[in-house]
Amino acid sequence: MAERKSITLALMDPPYETARVTTAFRLAEAALRKGIDVNVFAYEGAVALGFAQQKPHANSVKGTTVEEEGHPNTRAWLAALVKLGDGQEGRGRLDWVNCGLCVDERGVFEQAGGRRGSPADFHAFIQRSTNVLTIGTR
Amino acid sequence: MGKILNVVERAYQGTLEEQDDQALWLVHTLQKAGGEHAVLLRGPAVSYAVRGQSVGSLEIAGVKAGNPPRLDQDLEKLRAAGVDLYAVREDAAERGISREEAIAGIQWVSRSEVPRLFVEASRVFAW
Repeated sequence: MAERKSITLALMDPPYETARVTTAFRLAEAALRKGIDVNVFAYEGAVALGFAQQKPHANSVKGTTVEEEGHPNTRAWLAALVKLGDGQEGRGRLDWVNCGLCVDERGVFEQAGGRRGSPADFHAFIQRSTNVLTIGTR
Repeated sequence: MGKILNVVERAYQGTLEEQDDQALWLVHTLQKAGGEHAVLLRGPAVSYAVRGQSVGSLEIAGVKAGNPPRLDQDLEKLRAAGVDLYAVREDAAERGISREEAIAGIQWVSRSEVPRLFVEASRVFAW
């Protein structure tokens, strides 16, 4: 039986600032759909990706209402990935860990998904992953 | 007194998540509030002027972006709101962008003309 593959992503970027987070989300989705387990260590600003108090908004420049704008906050994408990464029907499992100290620094305690952890979790991910991709802040 | 010149260089950073460009959005809002603004696109941001660009329908794990960014259209709306639009000619040429591909209403300037824009502006905001 082939060994189950897994990838670890280390993310540092906060939401709404770069294209790297969106790319990481898409990579995670692609891996999960291929049956590859995905571990994420959200570090520094990335712990705000799942902050549950994020709210979609209307866009006064576009003249759109909240509904018309259909703005998915990163918390919604994260929650969808957690749901997708349930390991069912051939999909991979997602284990999303937020750096606890980074959460404390930012006060983003309420999360839409994932769990609180530490660099020790990242170390464990590294040890057991097929590969690791670090996506740092630039 | 000249307009406030907003130099936009950083491009496509957070636009998928925000569904627009943060600097352009703020300029539009400030203009609507009664400000007098201009935008200078330089570096990677000259690509914002390319007509017809679209990211289609971005969807992650079944959650769809309802209103993906249309930077070319956002520039046209800025112009309609009275914002002067400039772009650096050499930066476009380096990226293979021709004027024919760009939206109308862009005032193309060379790099050597940028200091003049700075001098004429009441303030210069670098984004």
